Amino acid sequence: FASKPEQFTFSENTYSYHKLENKLPLSTTSSKEELLSLFRSMSVMRRMEMTAEALYKEKLIRGFLHVYNGQEAVVTGFELALTKKDSVITAYRDHCHYLARGGTVRGCLSELMGKAEGCAKGKGGSMHMYSRENNFFGGNGIVGAQVPVGAGLAFAHKYNKDGGVALAYYGDGAANQGQVFEAFNMAHLWELPVVFICENNRYGMGTASGRATKANEFHKRGDYMPGLRVDGMNVLAVREAAKYAVAYAKTKGPLIVECDTYRYAGHSVSDPGISYRTKEERDSVKELRDPIEAVRKWLVERSWATEAELKAIEKEIRASVEADVEAGKAAPFPDPSELATDVYV
Amino acid sequence: ASMTVRDALNSAIDEEMARDDKVFLMGEEVAQYDGAYKISKGLWKKWGSGRVIDTPITEMGFAGMAVGAGLAGLRPICEFMTFNFSMQAIDHVVNSAAKALYMSGGQLTCPIVFRGPNGAARAVAAQHSQDFAAWYGSVPGLKVVAPYSAEDARGLLKAAIRDNNPVVCLENEMMYGETFEVSEEALSKDFILPIGKAKVERAGKDVTIVAFSRLVGIALNAAKQLETEYGIQAEVINLRSIRPLDRETITESVKKTNHLVTAEEGWPAFGVGSEVAASMFETGGFDYLDAPVVRVTGADVPVPYAINLELMAIPQEQSIVNGVKKALNVK
Repeated sequence: FASKPEQFTFSENTYSYHKLENKLPLSTTSSKEELLSLFRSMSVMRRMEMTAEALYKEKLIRGFLHVYNGQEAVVTGFELALTKKDSVITAYRDHCHYLARGGTVRGCLSELMGKAEGCAKGKGGSMHMYSRENNFFGGNGIVGAQVPVGAGLAFAHKYNKDGGVALAYYGDGAANQGQVFEAFNMAHLWELPVVFICENNRYGMGTASGRATKANEFHKRGDYMPGLRVDGMNVLAVREAAKYAVAYAKTKGPLIVECDTYRYAGHSVSDPGISYRTKEERDSVKELRDPIEAVRKWLVERSWATEAELKAIEKEIRASVEADVEAGKAAPFPDPSELATDVYV
Repeated sequence: ASMTVRDALNSAIDEEMARDDKVFLMGEEVAQYDGAYKISKGLWKKWGSGRVIDTPITEMGFAGMAVGAGLAGLRPICEFMTFNFSMQAIDHVVNSAAKALYMSGGQLTCPIVFRGPNGAARAVAAQHSQDFAAWYGSVPGLKVVAPYSAEDARGLLKAAIRDNNPVVCLENEMMYGETFEVSEEALSKDFILPIGKAKVERAGKDVTIVAFSRLVGIALNAAKQLETEYGIQAEVINLRSIRPLDRETITESVKKTNHLVTAEEGWPAFGVGSEVAASMFETGGFDYLDAPVVRVTGADVPVPYAINLELMAIPQEQSIVNGVKKALNVK
């Protein structure tokens, strides 16, 4: 039997608005099944990223590695407002966007290890994951470049009149790139069905957003274009914001959704992430705002799950990820003949 | 029949838009203004604002959008008012479009055409006079074509639009108004030229002149002068395609003429001529060369404004004649 959905109430500062008249209620409903599913998908992301970091230390992953720990509620919440016909593009911190779109842990970890079975045949690596069948367009390693490309995905939805929407994710660092504003302008001018999602994790590499940007309210950076800020650590609030934004984009045109989130790890594995911020700041976010712990608390409070049951789920996820790692480790590198394939159609 | 290069490009776009409703044109002034150089004249009136789209002056933004539309399955023609402005957008041409197929392990295709005038115009000085053949020609994942005649323009642009890879089409402003004879075949709606195949425009036995775009015409004039004044029979090869480069046709010609002169508007360093010369070592052409390869190129300076200096900076008919005389050791 499906359990009866119950009400969840949000704090007053969960949402802020820019040029938007309709406001979201400060509560929503969810069910035991949904929360367990959200707990599971976010825990898979967390475990996969932690595993990737460990594999990097083992030198099984090379190059850049940017992990998503702390930000899981953003892609998880947004995916709930989409169908696979909608399009998604993001920057280089893309492992969990790939997962959320329907990718697999094995496809991701094997790609990170440069294996032929990886989601880009070992040719893309950490920053270039794709799932064309699920309309996930990467994985762009050039900060800000994915934003006009994402507007182009929306252009195609409008051109084809297929009713789809495009999501273009970018960070607070990319928010200062000129081409982001170029995309805002054209998307708004042409009423494209696009949601520009600013994942404000507070730091562009090691530069706190306040040191890089004069106007720190990213949902207002579209000026003439509406914006919404949401607590990006609350997956149910993100889900509501996402549904609101997707419906808005499909009927009225583009808007920005700023997700107030936090990056636990450094910018990349080469950054311990402590020289430009305090350990106390990071630990307090982990303790007070962690998106997975929030869901755990909701489940336990309502007696929808016990601590032990949730631990068991985590253990099962850990075993599953470990199995993927072992399979990935054993899998072959791309055949040398792959060097020169996929250059031209 | 005869046709201008401008009409050839216009008819090519028009016919491909009729053939496939996924083809659309976007760029600055392409719609209501009829194109800065009138290449898209009449297309907005015929196809409407949904398929002929004026953009703001924002190259990086609209090139990125066109790439996104291409990745999503449309077939954009992205016009740069001139390729000089494509430098603002080169990240999207190279990183977003050309590498997508490879980085995605074959999942993403981007059937896009970036087109517009390239090379030196007249009296517009350094920022508006530049040849990008070598720049884009060096990028794997891109195809690069450079039409000379009306037939080239129709056949290469139509091929570019139908190609499933990103194609850069380097046109030349000075050629837009030039009229050429075109065959019945070239007027067919399904006339396409294979990308990667050069054309021998003039047969000759004494020297091979390799050129592309506007310099093909200059080279043909130089060949006439060489014949009348020096009795030299020059073979003129119109590259048509910069990437892939038709090394075979060049090598076959060199086997016959034993002398090679390259001509381009671009700078000498790391240019198309450098690549053609280097390919002689790699294709066996070297064994047939009786003299060093001569490169005729733009001067190794930013293009100046003053007419006397400008003429010195851009290859002229006499520059090619002199290049051939040097290659053949004719005093």
